[in-house]
Parts: sequence; structure tokens; C-alpha cells
Amino acid sequence: MDPITTLPKLLGIAWLLPLASFVLILFFGRRMGKAGSKAGYLATAAILSSCAISLFALFFVWLPNYELPGPVEHDESGHHETAAAHTGDAAEHGDHEGEAHEENGSGDHGENADVAEKPSDEADAAAANGGHEHGGEEHAAADSSAGQHGGAHHAEPSVRPITGDWYALGEFGSLRITIGYYIDSLTVLMFSMVTFIATCIHFYAYGYMHDELHDVDDHEVRMSDGSHLRRPGRFYRFFQYLSLFCFSMLGIVIAGNIAMVFVFWELVGICSYFLIGFYIERKSASNAANKAFIVNRVGDFGMIIGLMILFGTLGTFAFGDIDGKPGIFSQVRPEPSHQLIVPDGMIKAAAFEEIESGVEPTAEKIEAWRADTSPGTPGHWAYWLMIIAGLGIFCGCVGKSAQFPLHVWLPDAMEGPTPVSALVHSATMVAAGVYLVGRFFPVFVPEVLLVIAIIGCVTLFIAATIAITATDIKRVLAYSTVSQLGYMMLALGVGGWVAGMFHLITHAFFKSLLFMCSGSVIHAVHTNEMTEMGGLRKKMPWTAYTMLVGCLAIMGAGIPFTIGLSGHYSKDSILAQALSFRASNPMYGWLFIVAAGGAAITAFYMFRLWFMTFAGPPRNQERYDHAHESPRVMYVPLVVLAVFAVGVGWSTNTFYVDSLLGNFGVQPLLEQARPAGTLDTAHGVLMPNLVHPDEHESHFPAFHFPAELVAVATALTGLLLAAVFYGWRVLDPAEVRAQFRPIYDFLIHKWYFDELYDLIFVRPVLFIANRVAEFDKIVIDGLIHGVAMWTRVVALIDDLFDRYLIDGLVNAFSRWVFATAIWFRGAETGRLRQYVMFIVIGTVALFVLVTFYLNSTMAG
Amino acid sequence: MNPFVEPITVSHYMVVGAIMFVAGAVCMATKRNALGVLMGIELVLNGANVNFIAFGSEYLRPAADGMGLDGQLVALFVIVLAAAEAAVALAITLNFYNNHSTVDVDRADELKG
Repeated sequence: MDPITTLPKLLGIAWLLPLASFVLILFFGRRMGKAGSKAGYLATAAILSSCAISLFALFFVWLPNYELPGPVEHDESGHHETAAAHTGDAAEHGDHEGEAHEENGSGDHGENADVAEKPSDEADAAAANGGHEHGGEEHAAADSSAGQHGGAHHAEPSVRPITGDWYALGEFGSLRITIGYYIDSLTVLMFSMVTFIATCIHFYAYGYMHDELHDVDDHEVRMSDGSHLRRPGRFYRFFQYLSLFCFSMLGIVIAGNIAMVFVFWELVGICSYFLIGFYIERKSASNAANKAFIVNRVGDFGMIIGLMILFGTLGTFAFGDIDGKPGIFSQVRPEPSHQLIVPDGMIKAAAFEEIESGVEPTAEKIEAWRADTSPGTPGHWAYWLMIIAGLGIFCGCVGKSAQFPLHVWLPDAMEGPTPVSALVHSATMVAAGVYLVGRFFPVFVPEVLLVIAIIGCVTLFIAATIAITATDIKRVLAYSTVSQLGYMMLALGVGGWVAGMFHLITHAFFKSLLFMCSGSVIHAVHTNEMTEMGGLRKKMPWTAYTMLVGCLAIMGAGIPFTIGLSGHYSKDSILAQALSFRASNPMYGWLFIVAAGGAAITAFYMFRLWFMTFAGPPRNQERYDHAHESPRVMYVPLVVLAVFAVGVGWSTNTFYVDSLLGNFGVQPLLEQARPAGTLDTAHGVLMPNLVHPDEHESHFPAFHFPAELVAVATALTGLLLAAVFYGWRVLDPAEVRAQFRPIYDFLIHKWYFDELYDLIFVRPVLFIANRVAEFDKIVIDGLIHGVAMWTRVVALIDDLFDRYLIDGLVNAFSRWVFATAIWFRGAETGRLRQYVMFIVIGTVALFVLVTFYLNSTMAG
Repeated sequence: MNPFVEPITVSHYMVVGAIMFVAGAVCMATKRNALGVLMGIELVLNGANVNFIAFGSEYLRPAADGMGLDGQLVALFVIVLAAAEAAVALAITLNFYNNHSTVDVDRADELKG
């Protein structure tokens, strides 16, 4: 099958199926079986079909047509020496000479380029690229100090993304709004991941939301008379929102232009609003929904700025080239080198003063402007435009992916039903932010990436520390999500595109697993507080051991250099990239240290959670006695997800069978999707010392080995610490708590973020709002009331005028007409004989008249 | 001038027509019996017919002007009309009688304004 025509159709169908389910449930949900129970079947069937289609697209359309690139470790033996020499070099020189660094890099990756296979139908492009590569290599060899952006570029991604438009919504001059697609292996992979996890969650939700099938007593809502709220079940509505949520997320994933991304971005936001506020009668739930929505608006504001800069300067919303019109990516990274440059549009926008004063913006002139980035010149301002556009887009991602400082909404989002938390926290909402950073990666200049890395690093640390003290089982997981998202942002920010996206995929599996396990526990004991649990593994073994798998996966358990759970691979690659970044930028070495420390904290709080919930004696006997294993429809998805949480990080290379079976795995798929030109070592312009190292360098033993050892060691430390406190109970947590009272208070209050925001934003806003309300009430309302009063008086006078003068005139006339009519009525006696008399008299009178008075004229 | 030996002229016809007309009109104006009124109407119509025929006389028209039957034709037309009118009028009268047990036209004043 030809992927260029088949994939848009397949993925389009997979994308629209949940929408169809949403629309059907929207109109007929109430009538679908008892209390809408069939709506669950419909939504599940829709997402299951989507999943089947996505997997079909991945395995039977994508993989047969595009051979995956070989893993970097694959040719380790080939350039082991080079790598060793390289690192030796680096160690000797201490400070990294950019040129030396690049020279080595280019040597290594020239070989990679040859190893990477090109698909047959891209042969021309591949040949062209190959030619350029060799040219670039010679160039680098001949003149290794040829400027900062000199040097060879790396293996081109062997696959061009499939881009196009399905439907143009409208064209307004140069503004073209379309529903388009941008399909590369990341899109296909995300489709498979999102639909697969969503399918598991749908099945699980069918069991979890069973209470909603009949009338529900909400024990958390007290009515004014002291009774509990009793309301009809909303089973079908839950699945309706789930369908819309999946549709929106898939829309973001497949979107071919940034305007479409924005639309679906907002749709995801509104869906999360609906679902977080599903128990809308609870004050806390409606507050949490509002909080999520409002905090996201803050981020979206930045996103609109970035979006408008890109559209205003580049004149297009599209990511890729469509019908020969260059998209954003190819303007920012033009053929053939795919080096990141400031695009012409931005240069022209920055040099508008010069252009207005008559300078013709010829190609040479633009080139000159671009080359000169000293402060105050157009090139400088244009570069700032790039930075602001990148930061703007990232700002949206900060909101959606709950990064510091907008992370506060995510823990509150726990008010939604647990399947929603699982969906929001793994495959959809928060993944959208990371996905967009990944999608926009080619546009981010190194300075922006540094900001992303720092934000991610700060987030991962803050969230991890808060998770230590939280006692609400879902909140621990929520902060863990924030922390893991921080890891992803950090990875992307230090140049580890594959590492970040890889962690996104693996995290989606084990985090949805963890959430669904916690949901299963909550379902059994009817509380979120871990202080009321304990010993539950005897009561609910399926849940306990699948959750154990999830905890091991998120902690990154594994045997170094042999095998591990999925989190092991993704976290390793993040740490390796951070380490590699540290080697190039010693002043940002703390990024690696915080990330490594975060790994220990991760293991600690995850196992604290597991031990508190499942191990030891029960803390609350009544709840323990009441607990039971969840129904099969709930724990089977757990088992399925647990299997994936273990194995999704593996590739054929892990078992050294890639020579037999071909190369397959999530990591090679992502490697294939890497945006063109982003593998290169990149240098900052405003911060010339900032170097983003080539991601493949992180696979060199010099970085990879220590990173892997550090990852496993920190994880084990955390695990041991948790076991000491909560497993073996050698140390009493309460004592430690008393010992570190200030720190504990600080953490239990979540670093006082909510209080801080309350003080800085909420209260001033409320204060101003109250003042404005008073102004409204007194001045505006007074004014309006005055006007109203005045109008009333005028109306009164007008009424009198109308009633007595106008009406009087009209009435008088009508009375006169009436009287006249009455008078004439006398003639109508009804007597025939009289009428005959009148006729005769009239005839005679006419006769006389004509004869004697009109005679002359008649005669004349 | 002996009226009995003088030849009959158009004027004679007209006098007869006028007498019939006036008699009919007076009959209509004075009779209370609906049948009498109808008879008056017949007189009026026939008085008019006599006039039509009188004016159709060959003495009152140019020699070679068609067949000269205009007056007679109009008279025939009026006769037909009178027959139709009589039928309708008698039907009304009969209904009136059925409803009021009388044919006094002075009692038929229900449609007055």
C-alpha cells in the first residue's frame, strides 16, 4: 500500500471515529439502554476500532514501507575508538572547543548516515541528501573553523513527513485555515499509544463508573437540609466526554498546522474541564475544573503570541510544505542542510525600518542582515523574534503539561473520576504539551531550549519533593506526573528529542497503569487517603502486583546494560543526554544532578505509596474488611498495561535479534521521526557558550555508562529508603517528620504555591473585582437606574399626551363619524315601498334636473 | 281631430308605455302584498318594453340601417329577464311566507341598517 495516500485516510478515520461516537451519544445517549449503559459500549467500540486502525497503520502500512534506522549502539564497535578518542579529547581539553567537538561528531555521523536505510520511494531525495552530506563532510574537513554553523550535518531522517490538507475551511488573503495532516512515525506512534491506552481506560471505566448507571448518592455533597445529594446517574455523559477527549487529542497529534493544533488544544482543555468537573455538585470539583481551565488560559495567551509571530512573519500556519508552499519547518530549516536559521520573513519583519527607508530586501541584503547579530541590528531583533515565538509556543505547553509555574492545576485535577485522571495524566492532556514541544522542536533556538530545560528541571524537582509528603494516593501520582513531565521537558531542553518523546510514550503506559491501580484501590476502600490503607495486597493481589510493576517501571528498574523495564530505558537516555549536555556546558551541570536526584526521589515516593497501600498491617480495619478485588473488566486492562509498562521500552536490539527480525521498537521509530537537522550540535547566538550536543553522542559509553549506573543506583537508593521507612519500618516516619518540621511543613503545603498564587493573583484579582463590582453597583447601576427613572417620567408624560390629546382627537373624529352614520341610518327603514318611492322621486328629480338645468349643456 | 280615426303614431305607444310605467311604479310603491309588488314590477318592465318597441318603429330610423329589429330584440331580452326575475322573486316570496306566514313587504325589514 502506498503510505502517502493510505495513511491520511486510515488515520483520518481513526481520528473521526471517537467524534462519531461523541455525536451519537450526545443526541441519543439518554436512550441507549438502561440509564445510557449502551453508550459505554459505543464509545469503547469506537476507540477500539480507532486503536485497531492505528495499529494496522503502524504495522501494515508504515513499517513495511519505511525501514527503521539502525540503533546507534548498533555500530558501537565500528566507532568505539572514535568515541573513546573523542571523550579522551574532551577530558584533556577540559573546556570544549566547539570546532574539535564538531569535527569528531561529523566523523561519527557520516558513518551513521550510510547505515541509515532510505525507503525506495524516496530514493531521489536520499541520493540528493547523500550528495550533500559528502559535500558537507569535505567542507568540514577542509575548513573546520568555518563559523559556528559550519560542519557536516547528520543523517537526514530517512522519511519525509506526509503532509497535506483534507479540507480548507477558508482563505482570507494569505491566511489559509485548513484541516490538514502531518504524518511521520511520531504521529503514527502517538496514534497507536493514545488509542491503545484510551481503549484500556474505556474498558476500565466501564467497571469503574458502574455506580453511575442508577441514581447516585453523592456523600461529599451536603444539601441545605443536611441530607446527601441524590442525582440521576451520568454514565453516558462520561463516555461522551471521553470520546470527545480522544478525538481532540488525536486531532492535536495529526494536526498539519498550528491553527488546527490550537483549536484542538482548546478542545482538549474544555474536555478536561468537563471531566475534572464531572462531579460538578462538589464545590472542590467545580473549583478544580475552573482552576485547570483558567491556568491553561494563561499558557494559551503565550501560545497565541507565538502563533501570531510565526504567522505574521512566515505567512503560514502549516508545519510542512503543502503544494509547494513552504511550511514553518522548511522556512526555519531550509533545504538542503536543515540548519536552523532565522527565516527571511522574520528578518524582513525585524528590518522593517530599513525597508521602509528604501533599502531593497534582496537575497544578499537579507543574508547580510542575518549574518550580523550584534545588538541593535535587524539580525539581532529577528533572532529575538525567534526566541519569543519559541517561548510563546512553549508557554502554551507549560500550561497544558503543568510545568512550573503553571503546575498547580494538575494535582487539583484529581477531583475527576480516576479513569479521567489516568487519561489526562498519561495519553492526552499533559502529553499534548510535551508532544507540541516535540513537534515544534525544529523551531526552538538553543536559548529557548535552555529555558525549556531549566523549567523542566525545576518542575521535576519541586513536584518530586511535594510527592514525598502527600498522603492522598492520587495526589502522589499527580505530582509524580508533573515530575515526569519535567523530565520530558528537561530531555527536550537539553537536546534529547528522542529521549523526551521516548519518556512520553513509556510514561503514558506506566502512569495510566498506576492511576488505574489507584482507582481500583479507591474503588475498594472508598477513600483516597493512604493513611487509611495498608495490607491490601492480600485482598486485591491483581491490583497490588500490577501496581508494583508500575512502580518499578516509573523508578526505572533494571539490570544495567542488560535489561530493564520501560522506564529504565527512557530515564537512562534522559540522564545520558543531560550528562552529555553537562559535558558541553559545565555551568548547567546542575541540570543533570537535579535529574539524578529526582530519580531517587521518584523511587522513594512511588514505593512509599506502594508500601503504605499494600504492605504492612491494615491501618483502618473497617475499610480493610470492606475491601475486595475489582471486577475483571477493571483488572484485565491493568494486566495488559502492566505488560506494556514492562516491555514498551524494548526493541529488537535489546535482545540482539534485530539482525534476524529487523529493527523494531519505540526508540527506532522515534529516531526515524526526528525532525530534519535537529541532530546537529547547535550553538546559541545570544549565548555563544551554549552548546546543544548531538543526541547520538549521549549513546557513547562515556555518557551512557555513567548515566545508566547513576540512574539505577539512585533508583535503588530511593527504593531502599522507602523500604526502610515504610516496608521494614526500621525508622519511624513520624520521628523524621518531627525532626524536619520546617521542611515537612514547606512540602506538605506544596511549597506554598497555592498560597503564593492566592496572595499574588487571586486576592488582588478578587480585590479589584470587588471594587469593580462596587463601581458597577453604585456608579453604573446608579446611572442606569437614573436613566431608567428619567425614561419613566418622560414615558408618563408621553402617556398622558398620547391618551388625552392624540387619542382624544382620534376618538372625537370617530365619534363624529359614528353620529353621522347613525343619522344616515334613519334612511334605511327596510320598507320596500318607501324605497320604491325614493327611486321614483330620485328618477324624477334627476329627470327634472337634466331637463331644466343641464339642458343647455346637453343640447350644446 | 278624432282620436278614434287618426292613425296610431309612435306617440300613442309612448303614452301607453308611460301610463303602464307609472301605474307599475305606483303599484310597487303602494301595494303591501308582495305579489302586488311583483305585478307592479311586471307592469314597469312591460311599459319599458312598449317604449322599446315604439322606438324600434321604422319611422324613427334611416331607411337602410340593418333589419331594424333592435327595439324588438331588447324587448324580447327584457321579457326573458322578467321571467327569470319573476321566478327568483316568487321563490323569495314563498320562503318569506314559509318563515313569516305572510307576504306583507312591510314586515320584510330585517336587513335594514
